[in-house]
This record gives sequence, structure tokens and C-alpha cells, in this order.
Amino acid sequence: MSKNKRAHWRFSSPLSVLQQRAFLCAEIRRFFAARQVLEVTTPVLSHHGNTDVHIEMFQTQALLPDHNAAYLRTSPEFFHKRLLASGAGDLFEIARVFRRGERTPLHHPEFTLLEWYRLDFNLADLMQEVVALVQQLLAAFVQPAIKVTTLSYQELFQTVVGLDPFSVSDQALHDRCQAHGYSGAALSRTEAFDFLFACVIQPELSAGQRFTDGLLLHRFPVAMAALAAADPEQPDRCLRFEFLWRGVELANGYQELTDAVEQRARFVADNRLRQAADKAQLPLDEHLLAALDHGLPACSGVALGLERLLMCLLGLDDLDQVTGFIPENS
Amino acid sequence: MSVYSTSQFKNGLKILLDGDPYSIVENQEVKPGKGQAFNRVKIRNLKTGRVIEKTFKSNEKVDAADVMDTEMQYLYSDGEFYHFMDPNSYEQYEASTTAVGDAAKWLKEEDICMVTLWNGVPLTIEPPNFVELVITETDPGVRGDTSGGGSKPATLETGAVVNVPLFVPEGEVIKVDTRTGEYVSRVKK
Repeated sequence: MSKNKRAHWRFSSPLSVLQQRAFLCAEIRRFFAARQVLEVTTPVLSHHGNTDVHIEMFQTQALLPDHNAAYLRTSPEFFHKRLLASGAGDLFEIARVFRRGERTPLHHPEFTLLEWYRLDFNLADLMQEVVALVQQLLAAFVQPAIKVTTLSYQELFQTVVGLDPFSVSDQALHDRCQAHGYSGAALSRTEAFDFLFACVIQPELSAGQRFTDGLLLHRFPVAMAALAAADPEQPDRCLRFEFLWRGVELANGYQELTDAVEQRARFVADNRLRQAADKAQLPLDEHLLAALDHGLPACSGVALGLERLLMCLLGLDDLDQVTGFIPENS
Repeated sequence: MSVYSTSQFKNGLKILLDGDPYSIVENQEVKPGKGQAFNRVKIRNLKTGRVIEKTFKSNEKVDAADVMDTEMQYLYSDGEFYHFMDPNSYEQYEASTTAVGDAAKWLKEEDICMVTLWNGVPLTIEPPNFVELVITETDPGVRGDTSGGGSKPATLETGAVVNVPLFVPEGEVIKVDTRTGEYVSRVKK
């Protein structure tokens, strides 16, 4: 063991990755400077938690003597929205974030999100800006542009799995999951969609035969809205999108929910789900809710995994190849 | 009965599914951006050897199978059961012909085998990777022809039949790789 540890002190990626990453960050800053989007830095530690049922926070000592525990951020989103409600305009951050228990070729417990917010952008505007950024970065890395297809969540499911997520019966959905090899504990509808997405659709996207390299997926079921606004024209869907590169989820964006009452209801519902799943409930971010109550300007925001982006730009398929330091030798 | 969470899944972990013991061959965690994570596993049924794929919700609990690999000495066969002994505890175990399976043709008394116990009963037997056995029957050797090229079948003391080079005579002790069933060399006594 000690011999192993000695062997693994080195940065394990080629040192050129350091330059490529620095170049990537410089290009990102250039992209946003040209659009007059301000770079900001927001706190890593917070008194408040992210209630998302599928994301686990690192908890640490309180920030101040008379406070409860502090949490390492899983995203800079709440601070960004407080900035926007305070009157800051378009902004972006290259933010270190932390998610406990995530360790796969595509997940590290500590990673970097490029997150940005655009006032008066609707979902389609922001989707186009994500693609513009990716294409500009490809050009900077002397790579050909990628083809991008835009599909709704419904269209993708109909195309790959042959079912309509908004009308399929519970039984037919259950049968389809079984047919694709699911045999564990009963799945809720949302979990069944997650299973079909992660285990059937994403492998199909990765195979690269049937789809273009880039995929803009939009209008998720409203149960997967998180912090996105519901679609006023189709209330069972929400204004959320993802950008996938050969099945790798690179970016997740919302036309932001600005309704404090609705946001509180979602946080409370999240905590109820957490309780049902035997997970710790988290203190709601009252500062965020107060900011929404004060008034969040109409905006859209998106978070993009920086290491995943670098991995894709370099044609690699494992985050370890671009981070050099990995959780095992951190 | 003890249980494992999917977060403890790793290759070689023994779990119980539908009453059968399985060994995890491959474990892949997949996680959609903002949704439920899943563990996709390939598992080998330790009774039949068949490998199947299963998917679990991450953090789901799965029963552990009380399965243990132990090195044991092969003692003898009474025609119905094969008898093994744990050299540490001197405890003896009876393995059925089903559990022994194809390993039977390599089993020589006193050899050390890997016995997989399930709930204390031998489930599978793995012979040593290399065994040394006497040729009990083969065509007469072509003396002096050590040039290689050409082989002939030879029956060994345990009943196994392997191909040996033409120059190897009856009565000779040879070394065989049990994983491939191939002749390795003659053994000088």
C-alpha cells in the first residue's frame, strides 16, 4: 500500500493538459468578454444546502460560532441568483464545486462548473449560446465544428425507446424497463425515465451511429424541473435543456423559475423525497428565497462541466485523463 | 442475513439473487445529470457459470451470499461424493459430482484445489492450474524423435485425455495446464 502511494504522487496526465486547460479557460473568458458577461467569484461555503434528492453535499464546521454546519457548494447557482436579484447583470463563474459520493469515469467528487446567466434570454437563446461557445472552442482547439440536433425530451424518447413519456401508462413504462433489463426495486415514473435515459438512450447516443455528435435536448417533464420554470404552453413540461456530446451530458440549463412561492414548494417537496429515501434533510436557502421574493429578473442560466468539456475537446473519454490528480491520490 | 448497498459493489463480491449465489464480474455506475443513478452489473451465477446483466437503483440493498473461497486438499472419491479437507481446520467437506463438474478429470489425491463454499457446502471446485499426472495409456513412443511436430492422444491416471508429443512414452509423468487442457512438459523424476 505504502509503495502504491509513493508511486502515485505524480500528476498522472500528460503535462500538456495543464496548458490545454489554461488555454480553454482563456478562450472561455474571451468568449464572455466579447459579450460583456462579467466574471464573478462567489462563496464556496454556505450555511444552506442544496435539497436536490440526487446530489449529496459535503458538510463541514459552521462558518460562524453561533451557526449550524456549513456546506460546500454543489453549484454556484444560489449566489448567482442573489447577485442577479441585487442588480448585477449578465455574469459567469468558473466555479469549483463538490458532490459527495460521485466517482465514475464521468464523475469526480470535486470538479469545475462553468456557470453563466443571461438576462432576458429565453431557453432557445441560451441553447444557441451554448452551441456557439462549443463551436468557438472547437475552432480554438483546431477541431472541426460538430453537427448539433435539437430534440425535445418527448421526441428523443419516441425515437429511441418508442414511447411517449407524457402519455405512456405506468404498466407499459414498467414493462419497457423490464424489457431493457431492469430488475431492481420498483421505480417511480421519473426514475423509470432516468433508467431508460441512462441505460438505453445515452449508450445509443455514445455509439454515434444514429445521432449527430451534439444534441440539444429540451422540455423535460416538469417533475425534473429542479430550478426551471414550467412551460406556460405545456404545463407538464419545463423550460430545461441539456447539451450532450456523444451521450456525455456537458451542460444543463434553465429558463429560471422566478416565483419564490413555487421555489419554496419545490424545496419542501425535495426534502420530503430526501426523507423518504433516508437522506438528510437540508436547510432551505432562505436568502435565495428572499432574493426571489424581492424579484429575480427574467433570465436563463446554464452550468457546463469544464473537465468534461476539456475531455471531449481532446477526444478522451475519462475525466481522470484530464485532471491528473484524481480522488484516489488527492 | 447481511446485505450490501450498491455503493459497496466491486468485482468478486458475492450476492444472492432469486435464491442463487452470484459473483460480480463487472460493475458500472451510471448517473444521469440530475436524476436517479443506477448500477449496471454483470454477474456470474456460481451454480451454472452463466453471466447475466442486471441493473439496480443506486443505494438499493442486495442480500449477501455466504460464499467463501478456501484452499483444500483433495482426499478421495467414494463414487458418489468427492471428499476434501481444509488443511487449517482439518474439517472435511463432501462435494457433489455437480459441484466438481469438469474438474473431476484433473483431481489427484493430495492435490490442493480451490473450493468455493456456499452456506458451508462446496459449490464449485477449481483444480490447481498445473497438475502432474502419469500417462497410463498411449501409442508407443517414437524414440529419439524430439523434433516436435505431430502429437498423439494420451490417457492419464485420472482419466483425462490430452495430446502429447510423439516421443512421450507410457508411464511418463507429465505436467498439464488444467485451464487449457494442454500438455506443458515432461516431469523428470
